[in-house]
Amino acid sequence: MDELRKKAGELLEASAVKVIIGYENGSDGKTRALFAEKPEETARLVFDSRCVMNLATYVTKKEVRNKGRIGLVATLPVMRAVIQLASEHQVDDAGLLVIGITPESKMVEFKDLAEVEAFVHRYQIEIDSKQKEMLDKLEKMTPSERWDFWIRELTPCFKCYACRAACPMCYCHRCTVDFNQPQWVPVPSHELGNIEWHIMRAIHLAGRCVDCDACYNACPLAIPLNLLTKRMLLDAKEHLGGYQPSIKADHLMSTYKPDDKDNFII
Amino acid sequence: MNIEKRLVRKGSLEKLFNLLKNNGNTIMGPLERNGKTRFASVNSFRDIASGYVQTTQSSKEVAFPRAEKILDYSKNAAGMSVKGIDPAEIPQVVLWGVRPCDAMGIGELSAIFNWDYKDKIYNNRLSRVTVIGFSCEKADEYCFCTSVGGNPGSTEGSDILLTRMGGDGDFLAEIITGKGARIAALSPELFEEAGNPEKDKFLASVPVRFEREMISRKLDKIFESDEWVSQSLKCLGCGACAYVCPTCACFDIQDEAHGRSGSRVRCWDSCGFSMFTLHTSGHNPREVQSQRWRQRIMHKFSYMPDRLSVYGCTGCGRCSRACPADMNILEHLISIQEAEV
Repeated sequence: MDELRKKAGELLEASAVKVIIGYENGSDGKTRALFAEKPEETARLVFDSRCVMNLATYVTKKEVRNKGRIGLVATLPVMRAVIQLASEHQVDDAGLLVIGITPESKMVEFKDLAEVEAFVHRYQIEIDSKQKEMLDKLEKMTPSERWDFWIRELTPCFKCYACRAACPMCYCHRCTVDFNQPQWVPVPSHELGNIEWHIMRAIHLAGRCVDCDACYNACPLAIPLNLLTKRMLLDAKEHLGGYQPSIKADHLMSTYKPDDKDNFII
Repeated sequence: MNIEKRLVRKGSLEKLFNLLKNNGNTIMGPLERNGKTRFASVNSFRDIASGYVQTTQSSKEVAFPRAEKILDYSKNAAGMSVKGIDPAEIPQVVLWGVRPCDAMGIGELSAIFNWDYKDKIYNNRLSRVTVIGFSCEKADEYCFCTSVGGNPGSTEGSDILLTRMGGDGDFLAEIITGKGARIAALSPELFEEAGNPEKDKFLASVPVRFEREMISRKLDKIFESDEWVSQSLKCLGCGACAYVCPTCACFDIQDEAHGRSGSRVRCWDSCGFSMFTLHTSGHNPREVQSQRWRQRIMHKFSYMPDRLSVYGCTGCGRCSRACPADMNILEHLISIQEAEV
């Protein structure tokens, strides 16, 4: 942690970055985002297992970008998000410097995003075993049982869109659900409106979701909506050779080859 | 009316619940799912959640549902026909297990829905609601009711307030309104002599953290302050705070058309969304999140007291607990109180 604070302070001191986005202690034993603009503010940086929020969601925010080059404290899921954002031309070396934290909680420095990408590629995205169990359970259900499961889970959703706001990949200035003329997706949070929103959200993340669980962690109602994107990641792994965010590669779900498998499509 | 004090045995609570249920009431109570609690129709007393400091969602949906049909329409050769809501379809509801801060919120919400236009649908719904409040035995670091005019045993907004006397004890029942008295009259044997117990010693302790009048005065002077930017930089711009809030009343009107007929639906909306104030021209008077965050605080602590003589915050702490970015309203209010102007 001292190493991280020192590095962050130096970067601000040298004006290599204008703001460091990292974690600080928050309410009730939680952590929250810290935006340090002065070297002395980096003393508030913390890093431990509580730091699960995906801070990459802030790097596309106008107010944050306006501050100048960002130094981002990034765990592996955050780095994956950064690489996916780079491949979608949302971030570049001029605007962002990554200060990595390895899965072993060690700080790692990167010269540029290409180095971040090389680091990210050393690891495969692994679905958590408990969630894998839940996915297997869902897979074994009949379509009508699965439908009932999702109706039950999605009914409480009141469309606060915390899932969308917390997701680094949901950076559209205007989301399809916000259109009302014409209204593509029902706006009210009734049964149909909720189902359409969550299916649309998941599909829009196909081949882009980095499995960071930010959407689930953000949901004030603890709806397991991350299971939808996890299912797609598993399908990608089983049938399309797996997903790995890459700056220059084609996107997994937006390219088509005549011999692509379609046996997993219901 | 004077508040009448009675004693309800802990074993009588279920009898009271069943009595109300069998009397044609829909009982809305806290139900738990995935560790989160919300008010929904309860079938069995045993399904009611317990042990929570505060429910995840407020009980405002009883009078202000998240998506509420307000009319049906159809077009034909003869013209347009519109059918409004039949008040007879609105159920009689007993709101069970509400905390005093939520009960107080009903008054604040009602002030908004009766400011200039008297909202018929809201008022109709609310007139059919009886509130059975439960005092707070415990609080957490997010609670601040005592800083905004409430307290863990406040009777404001409840028709009957139940206070548990000791860990697993019986309940002190305070019968506050005519609605409450009618419930007590349904089964007088459940409401025994109470004597004069010391209610306060059974209540949670919630320290006063700020003075709301001082916040209001400060807000008059800090509209252009950088404080709003530094407070809101981490705000993600979702609507979680507004949707769990007992007093947030903003809504959007959507038409759901199916060919030549359809419905008009009132849906919750939030000043935290960038779309909320977006004009047709493309101009947005609240262009950045700091302006939206300022609006949220201004509305609750400046505009509402100015226009409606009530504040728009009950200190329930839900917005802070629900916030995915850990925007802690209590912390922010304290820093506004301390801001130099």
